[in-house]
Amino acid sequence: MPDAKRDDLVQIHTVILEPSERASNLPSSTKQVPYECWVKGFLLDKCADKGDEVRIQTFIGRELTGTLHKVNPTYEHDFGTPQEVLLSIGDEVKKLVEE
Amino acid sequence: MQGREAGMDNSYAEVMARKKDILSRATGIDYGEFEKSPITFDYEALMGSCDYSPEDIQGIFLQTGVGETPLVELRNLTELVRSISPPGKGCRVFVKDEAANPSGSFKDRRAALSVYHARRLGYKGVVTASSGNYGAAVASQAAKHGLKAIVLQEVYDSRKVGQPEILEKTRACEAYGAEVWQLTVGPELFYIMLRVLEDTGFFSASLYVPTSVLGIETLGYELANQVLQREGRFPDMVLVTHAGGGNVTGTARGLIKAGSRDTVVVGVSVDLHGLHMASDFDFNRKSFTTGHSGFGIPFLTWPDRTDVPRNCARGLRYLDRYALVTQGEVFYTTELLAKLEGMERGPAGNTSLAGAVAIAREMDQDQILVVQETEYTSAGKLPSSQLTFAKENGIEVRRGNPAENVPGKTIIIPEKADQMRVEDFNLEKIRLSYIKNAIKMAKGYEPTSQDELFLAEDSKSLPDFVREAIGSMEIKPAGTA
Repeated sequence: MPDAKRDDLVQIHTVILEPSERASNLPSSTKQVPYECWVKGFLLDKCADKGDEVRIQTFIGRELTGTLHKVNPTYEHDFGTPQEVLLSIGDEVKKLVEE
Repeated sequence: MQGREAGMDNSYAEVMARKKDILSRATGIDYGEFEKSPITFDYEALMGSCDYSPEDIQGIFLQTGVGETPLVELRNLTELVRSISPPGKGCRVFVKDEAANPSGSFKDRRAALSVYHARRLGYKGVVTASSGNYGAAVASQAAKHGLKAIVLQEVYDSRKVGQPEILEKTRACEAYGAEVWQLTVGPELFYIMLRVLEDTGFFSASLYVPTSVLGIETLGYELANQVLQREGRFPDMVLVTHAGGGNVTGTARGLIKAGSRDTVVVGVSVDLHGLHMASDFDFNRKSFTTGHSGFGIPFLTWPDRTDVPRNCARGLRYLDRYALVTQGEVFYTTELLAKLEGMERGPAGNTSLAGAVAIAREMDQDQILVVQETEYTSAGKLPSSQLTFAKENGIEVRRGNPAENVPGKTIIIPEKADQMRVEDFNLEKIRLSYIKNAIKMAKGYEPTSQDELFLAEDSKSLPDFVREAIGSMEIKPAGTA
C-alpha cells in the first residue's frame, strides 16, 4: 500500500538553497547547512510514498511541489512537564500579600 | 517550490536585486515619494499616506471585533510590590488585557487595518513573515475579510527541532486557514518572501507598513482614555514590550493623540545578549522568540533593516527609557499573574509586566503604571512547556538570583520577589549608534541642517547632539572637517 493517496493531508519538504547558494555574512553554524522548508496541503497525485516528488494543493488552493515528508502530520507541541522551579511561587507570594 | 516561470532567475542575488519593484507592487506605496535626501524622509507624510482617520479605524475594528479590550487593575500584584517597596512606594499597576482580541494578542490591531487595506486596494491575498502572534493575526483577519493568507515562519534548526511556542503559531495559522511555510534558521526568510510576493501578486502585510503602526495607535489611545475615564487623569507611565519597534511607536503615538503627552513611555525587552539571531546553533538556546534584545537593540540603532524600504516603526523617536529583564523573571511574573490575579496568559506577552514589578517599586503609591498587553496561552506557549524544552536543549534551569543569568546557558527563576529588577539600557549610546549608522548608510553624502533636524527628531535628541555625534565619527562624511 502506498504511504499516501490523493486528497490525503500531507507535508512536503524542499531544499530552497544549498549551503553554497545561501546569503553571505551568515554565522558558521548556519552557513554550512541548507535552507529548508516544509509546507502542508492535500496530495494531488494519485498515490505516493515518502521521499517521492509530489504535488500538493495548499490550504489556500495553490499548487506546490516537493518531496513527500509526512502523511497527516501531528502537532507535537504540548503543555510540557510540571516544573519544580515554578510550583511553590504561588504560595510564596500569597504569604507576602497576606502579611 | 515556487517561481519557475520561464526566464525568471530565482537565485538569491537576482531576487534581492528585484526587491524595490517587488515591494512597491506588494505594498501599493511608492516609498521614493517620501525621500528628501539620502538621510531624510518625510515620516509623517508616509504615515498619512494611507488616509484613515481615527474614526475610520474604529469602525473597521468594530467590524472585526478588534480592540476595546479590558483594562484590569492588578490589585494583588500591587500589594505584592508594596510589600517589597520602601514606605510610600509601589504604584498602582494596570494591565491592558490584549489576549481578548480575536486571535489572542495586540497583533490583531496591527493586522486588522493592513488586511482591510489590502482588500480595499484589490489584492486577493496577504503575505507575512512572522513566527509569532502577528502571523496568526494576519491569518485571522484574512479569514474575516475573505482573503488568502501565506505565513512564512522561521521554525526549525537544521535538526528539524522547533521551539514549542513557534510550533503553536504554525498550528494557529493553519487553524485560521493560512498556507504556512515552515523554514529553517536564516535571514533568507526575506528572499523567500520576495519570491512568494512575486509569484502570487499578494499584498505584503509587513509589520512595518503605515497601516500596521496606525493600527497599534488605537492601543495607546484606548488605554489613555480608559485611565482618564476611570481615574480622572492620564497614566504616569506605560510599559511596552519592545522588539521591532511597532509596539512602542504605535502606543506612544496613540497616547499623544489622546492628549496623554506627559506619560513616560518605557520599552522592555528580554535580555538575550550574546546570542546570534541568525545562528542555527543559538536558535533553540533561547526561550523567547520575540520581545528580546536581539531584535530590540538592532531595530533602535537602525530601524530601516526591514522588509520595506522605510520602516514606520521607529521606537527611538518615542522611547523615554529602555529596560531589560531576564527570561527567568518573565516566567516568574507569568506565575504571579496566574496565582495572584487569576489570569493565565502567555509568557512572551508578560515581558513588560516583569519590568513593571521592578519599576513600580520606584514609583509613588498614588501613581499609575499601565502594562499595555497580554497574550493568549496554550500548549507550547506557557512556562512549563518552554522550560521543558529549554532543559532538553541543554539550558540549566534553577531558582536563584536572576542577576547571575547568562542567556543561552541558564534560566534563573527568582527565589524572592524582591530580586526582580530591570537593567536600564543607555539610550544615549543607542542614539549615538543610530546617528552613526544613518551617516554610514548614506555612503559619503554630506548631511545638511535638514538632515541634522531629521536625525534629531528620529532619535529624540537635539541637533547639537547630532552634530557632536557626527563630529566624533572616525570616518567623516565627505566634505565635513
